[in-house]
Amino acid sequence: MDKNPILSVKDLVVRFKLRGRVLTAIRSVSIDVFQGESLAIVGESGSGKSVLTKTFMGLLDNNGWIESGSIEYDGKDLAKFKTEKEWLEIRGGKIAMVFQDPMTSLSPLKTIGKQVEEAVVLHQKVKGEEAKKRTLEILAEVGIPDVETRYKQYPHEFSGGMRQRVVIAMALACKPQILICDEPTTALDVTIQAQILSLIKRMQEKYNLTVIFITHDLGVVAEMADRIAVMYAGDIIETGKCDEVFFNPQHPYTWALLGSLPQLGVKGENLYSIAGTPPNLFKEIKGDAFAPRNKYALKVDYVARPPYFSVSETHKARTWLLDPRSPKIEPPEYIRRLKEMEVK
Amino acid sequence: MMDREVLLSVKNISIDYGSGKKVFHAVKDVSFDIYKGETFGIVGESGSGKTTIGRAINRINPTTSGDILFKGKKINGKIDKVTDRMVTEKIQMIFQDPMASLNERAKVDYIISEGLVNVHPEYDAKKRSEMVKAAMEEVGLLPEFASRFPHEFSGGQRQRIGIARAVIMNPELIIADEPISALDVSIRAQVLNMLMKLQKENGLTYLFIAHDLSVMRFICDRIAVVHKGKIVELAETEELYAHPLHPYTRSLLSAIPLPNPILAKQKKHIVYDPSMHDYSTDKPRMEELRPGHFVYGNEKEMNEYKRMVKE
Ligand SMILES: Nc1ncnc2c1ncn2[C@@H]1O[C@H](COP(=O)(O)OP(=O)(O)OP(=O)(O)O)[C@@H](O)[C@H]1O
Ligand SMILES: [Mg+2]
Repeated sequence: MDKNPILSVKDLVVRFKLRGRVLTAIRSVSIDVFQGESLAIVGESGSGKSVLTKTFMGLLDNNGWIESGSIEYDGKDLAKFKTEKEWLEIRGGKIAMVFQDPMTSLSPLKTIGKQVEEAVVLHQKVKGEEAKKRTLEILAEVGIPDVETRYKQYPHEFSGGMRQRVVIAMALACKPQILICDEPTTALDVTIQAQILSLIKRMQEKYNLTVIFITHDLGVVAEMADRIAVMYAGDIIETGKCDEVFFNPQHPYTWALLGSLPQLGVKGENLYSIAGTPPNLFKEIKGDAFAPRNKYALKVDYVARPPYFSVSETHKARTWLLDPRSPKIEPPEYIRRLKEMEVK
Repeated sequence: MMDREVLLSVKNISIDYGSGKKVFHAVKDVSFDIYKGETFGIVGESGSGKTTIGRAINRINPTTSGDILFKGKKINGKIDKVTDRMVTEKIQMIFQDPMASLNERAKVDYIISEGLVNVHPEYDAKKRSEMVKAAMEEVGLLPEFASRFPHEFSGGQRQRIGIARAVIMNPELIIADEPISALDVSIRAQVLNMLMKLQKENGLTYLFIAHDLSVMRFICDRIAVVHKGKIVELAETEELYAHPLHPYTRSLLSAIPLPNPILAKQKKHIVYDPSMHDYSTDKPRMEELRPGHFVYGNEKEMNEYKRMVKE
């Protein structure tokens, strides 16, 4: 990982129009993504993980738009892109995406070989025998056995895990710099998940990819991420290196998220669960969006949005608890238990 | 352990899909007992037959051979009306996808009372609506939600509707097939807590089917590990996690994501290759190697497992 951001988001605001009303899905987010790193974005459903990363590829739904802010990449501001033509260059060879459901990226009507080959032809400027040869290589590389036979088969003849491998092959065919994985293993069994995760890691090393990993499984995060961004209600409320966020979390929402891990549960006792529901994004949010669900909330949390406070050079959090004037509050006991966890 | 009351007994059941040349043996000679009041887990990857076992108990899937006994009474195959009604009433199911399992065009109170109407047509509207209200309260839904439609609810709330629909029947056994897999992290904990509360208050017995071993460890008393339609290991939860014997169990356990960056990055995933078993002459069987801890293997493997148990 080096210190140059490959992609830099500044004060990004994203809105959607829904039945005549406007909701703000991303509320002024700034984040740098560094070359070669693997960044995990975590947070509960609806927090904006997918919307944020979709803006990097011009894939926002039609009723959504970037209200303000910038996304700097390769000397350009992606937030200013207007035409599909501009985006095609990004999607074709710079940033690729793998979704939870492989069938969003595959056509049920074409053979696997054809689909991967199309990506190879389009992005690697090769044709005929050469394209087929590369396709077979790429399929073998992502762990598809017996590629000659598999090449001629259709997606329905593949298992979920195998389909996800094909989607990864198609993404790699674009020779991207950034690979965005949006819940790539959520629908898969644990053993298959472990295999796909190790495939992604292997490809990242081999091609020096920058990986943005979206998930709500903190176990997956611990395994995959160099750095973590925690999202809540359209905002990034804490970022830090993986061990900083796990072992020294600062925002009460991060505490709550870590606390809901079943691995921290004690048999016979209730699992920790976050009270209440996330805020209504149609309304303007005042102060710290998590305040109404936060038992550690201070008065100021209801009136003023906290700025980022630095914990280290690489770790910062948007919580008033870090203001020197705030009372000192210890994180919950289970955070310590996380550190002491042992492998069996 | 020995004197606990057996609520459900599954004896040597096999379940086939299709027939003739195209037959697929989804479940092969599976046996286990579920004790009253416990949470029994079945884990295994998708396609391993775990859902089929659950659906056979609930009479959705017919069995090819073997017996299923509920409170000592045979409930698979041909059964009389009274037994059929008992199964419909006393064994309830909760599904993975709350949306798909709910009738989208019906209001919540209708959905919750549907099963009740079938089994207790004698209840009048007032009694039914009281019972709906009580069931909704039990699962943490506000009574005013009764006249809404499922699509107006979040995933977690919809799963609560599914659970209310089951508990209103006053069941003894609930089969929960991946009940939280489709839910968000924070909602998972709420639904799990609620299931545990219901168990305590109503003395329920659960058959919990899932692939997420970290959740299973927390919620199950005993776990059966299923691979390709066969139980390969069965033990009390802590015993299973502390002394996994079968290579498939060990592979599953090694694949659990660990929420600790130091451990997670050191973790080695053990890959299971079924071709490692040579059952051509030395035939496999199920054997109890420690009290309550069963494993599937042949003579040679058993000796190996026994050595592992001693260590
Ligand atoms: N096309 C759309 N129209 C209206 N609102 C939308 C649209 N797409 C997303 N949103 C809203 O934007 C917010 C963020 O959604 P997003 O899909 O990014 O969440 P997420 O963090 O990816 O959640 P999940 O974990 O469920 O995938 C949500 O409130 C969502 O309802
Ligand atoms: Mg998403």
